[in-house]
Amino acid sequence: MIEIDQVHKSFGDLEVIKGVDLTVAKGEVVSIIGGSGSGKSTLLMCINGLEPIQRGSIRVDGIEVHAKGTDLNRLRRKIGIVFQQWNAFPHLTVLENVMLAPRKVLGLGRAEAQEIALKQLAHVGLSDKLEVFPSKLSGGQQQRMAIARALAMSPDYMLFDEATSALDPQLVGEVLDTIRLLAEEGMTMLLVTHEIRFARDVSDRVAFFRNGLVHEIGPPAQVINAPQRPETAEFLKSVR
Amino acid sequence: MFSTSLTANDLLFMLQGAWVTLKLTAAAMLIGTLAGVVFGLLRAAMPYATLPLSWALDVFRSVPLLIQFVLFNSLKSLVGLDWSAFTVGCVVLGVYAAAFCTEIVRGGVLAVPTSLRRASRSLGMSYWQDLRYIVLPVATRVAFPGWLNLVLSVMKDTALVMWIGIIELLRASQTIVTRIQEPLLVLCIAGLIYYLMSLVVARLGARLERRWQEDD
Ligand SMILES: Nc1ncnc2c1ncn2[C@@H]1O[C@H](COP(=O)(O)OP(=O)(O)O)[C@@H](O)[C@H]1O
Ligand SMILES: [Mg+2]
Repeated sequence: MIEIDQVHKSFGDLEVIKGVDLTVAKGEVVSIIGGSGSGKSTLLMCINGLEPIQRGSIRVDGIEVHAKGTDLNRLRRKIGIVFQQWNAFPHLTVLENVMLAPRKVLGLGRAEAQEIALKQLAHVGLSDKLEVFPSKLSGGQQQRMAIARALAMSPDYMLFDEATSALDPQLVGEVLDTIRLLAEEGMTMLLVTHEIRFARDVSDRVAFFRNGLVHEIGPPAQVINAPQRPETAEFLKSVR
Repeated sequence: MFSTSLTANDLLFMLQGAWVTLKLTAAAMLIGTLAGVVFGLLRAAMPYATLPLSWALDVFRSVPLLIQFVLFNSLKSLVGLDWSAFTVGCVVLGVYAAAFCTEIVRGGVLAVPTSLRRASRSLGMSYWQDLRYIVLPVATRVAFPGWLNLVLSVMKDTALVMWIGIIELLRASQTIVTRIQEPLLVLCIAGLIYYLMSLVVARLGARLERRWQEDD
């Protein structure tokens, strides 16, 4: 379970997150929607400790992320994250990209790491690209590779930060299908997305972010189909 | 009919000079690269804390190398260091190369996108693992052409060590010119030797770059 409790986060004088409460239960899929600059990406980076917070607390499986003694490298093994930019390691082949962390972080042997990588690459439909370098892949393929790379660490949670926003429209579908597959398999996920229809289909709950706060949260039938607050309705109208 | 007083022995003398040039270049680049990688990483990781380092290196980058040789040589006698002229040459050239290499490495490291480093840290890699497996390989590809230029320019700059009494290729050539009075021929040969040495370095570098490009 991810428990976000009254979190405040600033960059210098700019307060970006202003007291967010949010929990993601085991097996749950929660989507975050909201305008650009509302603090969605920042929140994801606070969850795996890439960004410090000023107040409040974030616990993952009961572990206080921002406590002094927390071993962040260890904690991050159970939190996979996929970013808007595809972030392929350009000097490594597809297979090496996926094998690197299992080998270096989990300390697995070559054969074992390769077995895991092959399985995850098959999972995202890239079995025919193993020896290819990322620059030879389309954006959609690079993003699916990034998903396989995160999955190879057998995370308990997957966070997606606008995974399809930088993709050409015709490539969005293949990545969404991959995420949908994960949802069906019961992966616990927190998705930041602009794909409203997709969010409605896969989410158990949807949170609308505004000005560094959760402005409205509830099942998709409420937040997307019948928003209770005028700002939510306005935002939905603007992205449709 | 073309005739010359240049003997085989003279040619051998020049080749020995060329060997000294190569040794100086290799030693200076070894020192310069090792120090440059360390300094460059520090500069990229802690831009403010390492400002004084950058000022110091700026001095070595700006003051003409000839002045550095002569000054260091005098300093050496002053403090009573018992170093050979060759050692002095290596050290001065090495520090000079380090000053340039620092900037090359820093540029390469800063060219690695933050988002790439975030991705590797998100997978649970430590700071050092990220540095070793992501930042250094990616930065190396970016920095390599600049580094190769530095090798070629240091190779030519080694000629200045003649001022502290080392006989390298150019000094050897001058000695022969003084004796046989055929500057055109001798300097053409010296130039050709420099050219060939640079060519080999450039070719090796190009081959490496091509191999990397196949990845991209
Ligand atoms: N590293 C940073 N330094 C300073 N300001 C930042 C940084 N990252 C994000 N911000 C600012 O924080 C705000 C929220 O950004 P972000 O979390 O990326 O929003 P979103 O993902 O919802 O579009 C923006 O105003 C952005 O400019
Ligand atoms: Mg964002």
